[in-house]
Amino acid sequence: MRYMLLIYTREDALAERSQEELQQTMDAHWNLIDETRRKGICEGVEPLARTSTATTVRVQDGKPIITDGPFAETREQLAGYYILNCKDLDEAISYAARIPTCCGGTKGSIEIRPLPGLPQRDCVPHQGPELSVAHNG
Amino acid sequence: MDEARTTAEAIFRRESGRIIATLIRISGSFDRAEEAMQEAFASALTTWPEKGVPDNPGAWITAVAHRKIVDQARRERTRREKQEPLQYEIPTVQRPEAETMFEDQENNMYPDDRLRLIFTCCHPALNPEAQIALTLRTLGGLQTPEIARAFLIPEPTLAQRLVRAKRKIAEARIPYEVPNGQAISERLRAVQSVIYLIFNEGYAATSGDALVRRELCSEAIRLGRMLCQLMPREPENFGLLALMLLHDSRRNTRMDPMGRLVILEEQDRASWDREEIHEGQEALERAMELRRPGSYQLQAAIAALHAEAATSKETDWRQITALYRELLRIEPSPVVALNHAVAVAMSDGYASGLKRIEQLGASGELQDYHLFHAARADLLRRLGRNTEAENAYNRALELATNKVEQDFLKSRLQQLRD
Repeated sequence: MRYMLLIYTREDALAERSQEELQQTMDAHWNLIDETRRKGICEGVEPLARTSTATTVRVQDGKPIITDGPFAETREQLAGYYILNCKDLDEAISYAARIPTCCGGTKGSIEIRPLPGLPQRDCVPHQGPELSVAHNG
Repeated sequence: MDEARTTAEAIFRRESGRIIATLIRISGSFDRAEEAMQEAFASALTTWPEKGVPDNPGAWITAVAHRKIVDQARRERTRREKQEPLQYEIPTVQRPEAETMFEDQENNMYPDDRLRLIFTCCHPALNPEAQIALTLRTLGGLQTPEIARAFLIPEPTLAQRLVRAKRKIAEARIPYEVPNGQAISERLRAVQSVIYLIFNEGYAATSGDALVRRELCSEAIRLGRMLCQLMPREPENFGLLALMLLHDSRRNTRMDPMGRLVILEEQDRASWDREEIHEGQEALERAMELRRPGSYQLQAAIAALHAEAATSKETDWRQITALYRELLRIEPSPVVALNHAVAVAMSDGYASGLKRIEQLGASGELQDYHLFHAARADLLRRLGRNTEAENAYNRALELATNKVEQDFLKSRLQQLRD
């Protein structure tokens, strides 16, 4: 099962970190990246640019409405992600626990979301697909 | 027919947890397992009256349900091979267990899978309400309407909760395994706490269906025994079982025939359940032999000292105070501190206990906790400081939310005024 591990941090806390702490954070990421790549389970990993660079698009009356910044003013911002192919949720949790959030600090969290894969073409998604453990192997 | 039905019901009560645990492993799905088990019980009701009840009815049910799962898996595979791939279907890896040829042996032994089932039900990725509901539904042998009644929630709400939990287990792939390595101790604590929550829900002196609440307590005790049986090297499992049994032994004396609360000091000790006390003491001894103390063991030891005192005057308060002190050290909380203060009052004198309670009160954390004011009121009453006691009882009464406790506090107030 592929899982996306979404990293949420406090961008404003970033400025409080020393050069040394930033280095530690990157070291921890590289450790994890190297390990998961070596195991062949890393299917993607990337940081996101700061939310100050974000643009939000919504469509109203058929016209795109463009606004500056992220849609919602939340306390934590999406800062990056990993896509890992894990045996089960427990394995994904064990990797998530090793991802530094907010540069070695504790101000942040990791959200784990399974990636069910694209539906068949020509298939209208319906509510609550009947997935069972047996079906997705 | 009646005999078959009675046997089937008894088997369901006693063994459905074990049966469903095996079937989930075989089928890889909670829903398929439940469906197959229901069908197997239905088969029993038609087969048993004709052919007689088998020697091992639980194994019979498991075997029949196992066959149904295998048949269904085969049918589905055939259908898949004939049809276009199903919508939303992800390439299937067939489970080897479901594929193995079914051996028609009624008494073939299935390994006990209940441990992995309880760890899955109590997985921290499920919310606590879902953990409780799923544990009771799968391992407790309780039906959805019974659980809904016990927790005073509408049946559809509970059913929805169960559906959501089962779907998350499948879609996020929560493993059907006993956790290993360092995760085990934390995960075991989660399992213990779910069992204890179930017990407390049944034990709390709230109004409501007494019979249903009793059911919750005995389910929790049954789950506690199961955990001891399956993980006999874990002292806190025995501590938890002992604690529940020792509390439950007093169940019948906690209310008078009018439904009024009777405090420990005034309970009829002759009516305490000796068998439960004995089993509780044994569990506690077993726990202590493993020499790794913990919070449940300490609480059970305190409950055992109460159970062993022939009269309330003979209670070993000095020992109880020491146990609360230890509990406070390993698990500091204002509520434990309050209990410790009450024990000090009983062993060293009301005045020194009251002094501790006032210190606790100054920290402000317990100001909204009705039992803090009730305990304070009780000590003031014993010290003859009636006006202050009355004020404290009134404050407790303002904060108490449950009718039984409110009535008790009112009767105390009445006694003070007389």
